[in-house]
Amino acid sequence: MSAETVELICPAGTPAALKAAIDAGADAVYLGYRDETNARNFPGLNFSRPELADGIAYAHDRGAKVLVAINTFPRAGQPEIWHQAVDDAARLGADAVILADIGLCAYAAKTHPDLRLHLSVQASASSAEAIRFYHQAFGIRRAVLPRVLTVPEIAALGAAVPVEMEVFVFGGLCVMAEGRCALSSYVTGQSPNINGACSPAAHVRYIEKGDKVISQLGGFTINTFGSGEPAGYPTLCKGRFEANGKLSYLFEEPTSLNTLDLLPELIAAGVTAFKIEGRQRGRAYVSAVVKAFRQGVDAIRRGERPPAFALDGITEGGRQTSGAYERSWR
Amino acid sequence: MSAADKAGKKAAEKTGKPGSLTLGPVLFNWPAETWRDFHFRIADEASVDSVHLGEVVCSKRQPFFEKYLAEVIERLTAAGKEVVLSSLALVMTERERQDVSALAEVAGMLVEANDVSVAAALAGRPFVIGPYVNVYNEGSLGYLAGLGAVRACLPAELPAATIAILARQASVEIELQAFGRLPLAMSARCYHARSRNLHKDGCQYVCGDEPDGMEVDTMDGKPFLTVNGTQTMSYHYLDLLPEIGALRRLGVDRFRLWPQSCDMVAVAELFRGVLDGRLDGAEADARLAELLPNVAFANGYIHGRPGNALVDEGLATG
Repeated sequence: MSAETVELICPAGTPAALKAAIDAGADAVYLGYRDETNARNFPGLNFSRPELADGIAYAHDRGAKVLVAINTFPRAGQPEIWHQAVDDAARLGADAVILADIGLCAYAAKTHPDLRLHLSVQASASSAEAIRFYHQAFGIRRAVLPRVLTVPEIAALGAAVPVEMEVFVFGGLCVMAEGRCALSSYVTGQSPNINGACSPAAHVRYIEKGDKVISQLGGFTINTFGSGEPAGYPTLCKGRFEANGKLSYLFEEPTSLNTLDLLPELIAAGVTAFKIEGRQRGRAYVSAVVKAFRQGVDAIRRGERPPAFALDGITEGGRQTSGAYERSWR
Repeated sequence: MSAADKAGKKAAEKTGKPGSLTLGPVLFNWPAETWRDFHFRIADEASVDSVHLGEVVCSKRQPFFEKYLAEVIERLTAAGKEVVLSSLALVMTERERQDVSALAEVAGMLVEANDVSVAAALAGRPFVIGPYVNVYNEGSLGYLAGLGAVRACLPAELPAATIAILARQASVEIELQAFGRLPLAMSARCYHARSRNLHKDGCQYVCGDEPDGMEVDTMDGKPFLTVNGTQTMSYHYLDLLPEIGALRRLGVDRFRLWPQSCDMVAVAELFRGVLDGRLDGAEADARLAELLPNVAFANGYIHGRPGNALVDEGLATG
């Protein structure tokens, strides 16, 4: 792969965000339907069928692609909801669908042989053997890699698989292998795999106690903030917990993945597409992040390093990490 | 054979069979001799049908107990137990890929795939699908059965309604996790090491300090989760003793006990008693609470509730 062909894949949680992303220089946007068939099933987000048709027209008129995420695991006994989601994406002219479930991959490959299939990060395909399986069995053309691999591991993987590789470059960071985490359902009953939701807002409570604010999820305290400290959202794996008498952000600090500096290395490793997380984010956020990464990719095309960009103001907790791409993260 | 014939055959096979018990692989980092002696006692005394061996959580631990693997297999086999080799759940490095390939080459033994890459490598021969492979519906289960899967231990978070549909339609044996701390998440990062300001590469094997995992509490002192190296588990122990009868009627064939450092022979005896109809589920449940007085139990998932919930209403099977 080269900087000439690398694509910037941007989040579109709403029709407004879709336009913002494309206007800011997205090569493609990814989005989901307004239901449990996608892994960002939050109130007020996502697309109806007519909105998807309009979004595809807007994108295609401007030379951009639309990728439809249908990446939860179909509920037993009701596969038709997920099948319909794939059928509608194909009918409305989506450029690809992003799938995680083996059964749904089999359905899509059989029913829509011309539809381009991408393997969702939720499939947790972390080795060449796993990715080759989805390619040979269902013809998937691109795999979104789980956020568990280092840059050298990605390079080795790229040399061993016959599909394109897409990696996350910015935004919220799962610290667990995606698609293999039941922490949210253990506490709230709602899971990314089944319901498309992690740490859902309906189970969040903020309790004022003296000069402190306690954030809870499903009745469990996830963090406590002093007066004047902004109370962050209680995403389960970004909380403060106690183990062996020591209080810490045991799993991960509230932080955002930012790999703007690593883009040249990721391109050299064979990555085809850079994915920006944030379908739950507003227009202004999407626009700012997409612009920064557009400039980064364009600079690399000119043979320069990506320019430093002030993204601090929009990262979670004002902190950034390069996540699993650096071995020391483990 | 048509799907309907298969389902009919399966239903006929199930009637009259008492249901099977599996002892899952030890998920914790126990000293190698403890690991060996634990399995020797299981071989000699525990009324389980199948025993899983192998490192699922962290490939760095594997060399420790490998030296005892052959004699443990021999002892279990001699005692009439089916031995199943469990694979790693998160396969990333070159070394891990080689280990998985080698496992898929083992002849004459059933292998459990805990990653899709392992299932792919085992295609064409009988294998077991582990709970770390995402089987949520009849489509994926049917596909994997087509590759050769003969048994599936389902993911922890499935409710009884889903399990019933899978058990009714599947041509494979359906196994459910029924006892012990639930595996909830895997990561590339080692939280045991991180809790001691170490990294996974130089971890000093601190996960070996806690035989049932490291307790994680909330800031207000409520027990919450358990860390086992790169794996995050429930604090509560799953206990499905009261639900076993209903789950058998829904078509569940097997129940998996996750090894904890408690008296697993006694735990297995309670489950065996219920499966054989010698013990009432509620009576066995009361005895389990006596056996493990300091353990908090949960069964929320099977009732369609948060996994940490303890529900004492019966399970509807209508």
